[in-house]
Amino acid sequence: MTGTGVLVRAFLRRERWPLLWWALGGTLLYWSQAISVKELYSTQAEFDRAATMMESNPALIAMAGPARALNTVGGQVTWQSAAFGAIVVGLMSMFIVGRHTRAEEESGRDELLRAGVVGRRAPMTAALLVAAIANTLVGGLVAVSLISVPLAVADSVALGVGLTLCGLVFTGVALVAAQLTAGTRTMYGLTGLVIAASYALRAVGDVGNEALSWLSPIGWYQQMYAFSGLRWWPALLLASAAFVTVLVAYAVFERRDIGAGVFASRPGPARAHPALRSSWSLAWRLQRGAVIGWSLGLLAAGLAYGSIGNDAGDLMGDSDAAREVMVAAGGDLVDGFFAMAMTILALLASGFAISSALRPRGEEDAGHAEVVLATATSRTRWLLSQVCVTVVGSAVVVGAGGLGLGGAYALVTGDASEIGTFIWQSLTWLPAVLVLAGLTRLLYGLAPRLATLGWLGLAYAVVVLVFAEILRFPERLRSLSPFERLASVPVESFDVGAFAAVLGAATLLSAGGWFAFTRRDVG
Amino acid sequence: MSAPIEIRQLDKRFGATQALDGLDLTVDEGEVHGFLGPNGAGKSTTIRVLLGLLRKDRGEVLLLDGDPWRDAAALHRRLAYVPGDVTLWPNLTGGEVIDLLGRLRGGVDTRRRDELVERFELDPTKRARGYSKGNRQKVALVAALASDVELLLLDEPTSGLDPLMEAVFQDCIDEFKERGRTVLLSSHILAEVERLCDRVSIIRAGRTVERGTLAELRHLTRTSVAAELAGPAADLASLDGVHDLVAEGHRVRFEVDTAALDEAVGVLHRAGVRTLTATPPTLEELFLRHYGDELPQAVEPTST
Repeated sequence: MTGTGVLVRAFLRRERWPLLWWALGGTLLYWSQAISVKELYSTQAEFDRAATMMESNPALIAMAGPARALNTVGGQVTWQSAAFGAIVVGLMSMFIVGRHTRAEEESGRDELLRAGVVGRRAPMTAALLVAAIANTLVGGLVAVSLISVPLAVADSVALGVGLTLCGLVFTGVALVAAQLTAGTRTMYGLTGLVIAASYALRAVGDVGNEALSWLSPIGWYQQMYAFSGLRWWPALLLASAAFVTVLVAYAVFERRDIGAGVFASRPGPARAHPALRSSWSLAWRLQRGAVIGWSLGLLAAGLAYGSIGNDAGDLMGDSDAAREVMVAAGGDLVDGFFAMAMTILALLASGFAISSALRPRGEEDAGHAEVVLATATSRTRWLLSQVCVTVVGSAVVVGAGGLGLGGAYALVTGDASEIGTFIWQSLTWLPAVLVLAGLTRLLYGLAPRLATLGWLGLAYAVVVLVFAEILRFPERLRSLSPFERLASVPVESFDVGAFAAVLGAATLLSAGGWFAFTRRDVG
Repeated sequence: MSAPIEIRQLDKRFGATQALDGLDLTVDEGEVHGFLGPNGAGKSTTIRVLLGLLRKDRGEVLLLDGDPWRDAAALHRRLAYVPGDVTLWPNLTGGEVIDLLGRLRGGVDTRRRDELVERFELDPTKRARGYSKGNRQKVALVAALASDVELLLLDEPTSGLDPLMEAVFQDCIDEFKERGRTVLLSSHILAEVERLCDRVSIIRAGRTVERGTLAELRHLTRTSVAAELAGPAADLASLDGVHDLVAEGHRVRFEVDTAALDEAVGVLHRAGVRTLTATPPTLEELFLRHYGDELPQAVEPTST
C-alpha cells in the first residue's frame, strides 16, 4: 500500500474538474427538483391531483421508481431523482475507476508508476479511495442541499447516504470489471451493462413483480423509502454489496499479472481476413463489438418495457381522473406507455451513437488515425466510414430496442404480427439519436477536445424528457431537444415532415463536422 | 520531375509555439537523406506536414510533385510512413495490421510481406496489445517495406529495435535504395545515419542549420591533433583556427579548424614531428556542436 497517499492526491488533482462537474450535476438533480416542485403547485389540492395522476402512470413508474408520497416535496424529489442519481454516481464511479486503473495499465503509464516506490495494491486502492471521496462528496452535497430547502433532516441524509452507497456498489463493480478485462473499453461496457441492468430490473420490478426490484442496487436505494416512512436497513444491503464487490476485485487482482486481464489473450490470425481491406471495414471492425453489445442491451431493455406494456391499462385501473386526462390528450394508455418506452430506448441508444461518434477522436488521440491517414485513405473517406458505422449502428441499436418491445409484447399477448410495427415505430425516433451523434461530430471536427461535450446534448434531452412536463419548461427550451421535435409515435401518428427536418438537422451538423475536420491539423 | 521532397521557408505555429521557422529541406531522388536535430527541433512536425496531417502556415512544400495537403490520399499511394512511436489497434494482430495498412495503400505483395516478417522475426499472430515497443515498430516497418512505393518517410523508425534487427533494417534500406528509391530518415542513432545516409540536414528550433554530405559536414568542423615535437612550437598559439591548445613540454594537443589544418601542420613540421595523431571529428562531435546551446563561432550555418 506504500504510496497510496501520494497517488490519491495525484488522482484527485487529475480529477478535480470532472469531479466538480459530477458533484454539481448530481446535487442539482436533487436540489432543482426540491425547489421547483415547491414552487409548482399553488394549493395542496392541485398537488394531490397531480400526484394521483403520476402514481397511476406505469410509464412514469417504470422510468423513475415506486410511487410513494408523491403529494409531498420530499416524495417527489426521491421519486424523480433517486434512480437517475444512482446512474449518475454509477457512471462517475465507473469513469474514475477506469481512468486510474485499467486505462493506465492499458496505456503502460501504470508501469511507470509501479516502478516507483509504490505498493502493488496502491494504485487500485488509491482509485478506490478517490471514488469513495467523490461519492461521499456527492452524497454529502445532496443531503446538505436538501436540508437547506428545508426538508426533513433524517430523510435528506438518507437520500444522500443511499446515493453514496449506490456509487460505492458501482465502484466495486467497476473495480471487478477492471480486473477481468484487458481493455478499457470492454471494462466500461461491462460496468455500463451492470448499471443498465440495475435500472431495468427495478423498472420491471416496480411496475410488476416487486421481487425483481430487490435484485438491483438502485432498487435497494429506493426501498429505503426516504420521505415516505424512512427505513435504514436496505442501506445495509448496499454497504454489503459494495464491500463484497471490492473484496472480489482485490481477490482477482492478486491472481492476475499487471497489464493483463484474467483471461489470457490467445493468438489471432497471422493474416487479415480478405474483408478487412478498407477504412470502411476497419471502422466496422473497431465498432462491431459496441454495436453488438449495445444492441443486446437495448434488446433486453426493450423486452423489459415490452413485458409490462400491455398491463399499462390495468395498472392505471381505478384512477378515473388519470384515464380521463390521458384520453383527453388523445392517447390510448398502452400507446402512451410505448411512446414513453420508445423515447427512453432512443435516449439509451443515443449513448451508443455519441460514443460511436467519439470513436474517431479516440483513434486520433491514440495515434491510429495518423497511421491510416498516411495511407491512400483521404480524411473524408476515413471520417465517412466512421459516420456510416455510427448511422447504421444506431439504426441497428434502436431497431433492437423495438424488436425487444415487440418480442415481449408478442410473448405477453400472443400477437407476433406487431413486431414489425414496433421496430418501425422505434425507428421513427432515429433522427433525434442521429442529431446527438451529429452534434458530437461537429464538436469533434472543430477540435477533438471539445468532442466529449456531445454528452451534454444527451443530458439535455434527458432533462427535457424527465423534467420539462413537471417543471413546466417554456416551449422554446423544450424544442431544443430533437426528441421533442418528432411525432410522439405511437400516441401521435408518424410525421414525415418532422422526421425529414430532424434528419436534415443531423446531416447538417455532421456535414459541418466533416467540413471543419478536413481543414484542421490532425493529431 | 523535381526532387521528391522540396520544402522552402516552411512555417508552422502551434498556438504560442513556433514549431517550424523558415525550414528548408530538399531530398533528391534515389538518396537516403538523414534528418537530424535535437528533440523538439521540429522533425516530426515537418514529416507530419509532408503527410498532410498538419497544415502549413507559410512556405512551399512539394512532395512527389504534388501538394501534400490537397493531394494527400493520391500521394500516399506512392509513399510509406513509419512513425517513431507506433501505436496499433490493441485487439488486432500484427499480421492483420500489416495486411490492412498494405491494402489501404493499394495492395500487399504477400511474398515480400512473408519474407520481411521472417527477416524481422516477427510473430504476426500476436495481438498488438501484447507487443513490446520494438515489436510494434517492426509491424510498422514490415508494413512500410512490403509496399511498393517510391518514398519512405521514417521518423526514428528503429527506436526500440535490438542491434540484430537494426542490421536487418539497414539491409532493407540498402535494398530499397538500390532500386533507386528515396528515403527521408529522421534518426538519433548516429551510426545508422553514418552507415545509411548520403546527405543529411540538421535542424534546430524549426530551422535548417546545416546540410550536405557527411564528408562536407566534417569539413566544416575541427580535427583533433596530438603531437610530440622535437622543439617548441610557439607559433601554434597565435594561429587562427587553433583551439584548446595544451602544451606540456614537447607534447601538444589541440583542435584545429579544417581550414587551418595545413598551416598548423606546417608549424608542427617546422618544430620537428616525432609522433603525430590526427583524428577526424566523430559524428558525435559534429552533432553536439549543432545540438548544443552555444553555436560555435568558427562555422556559420551554411543555409543558403
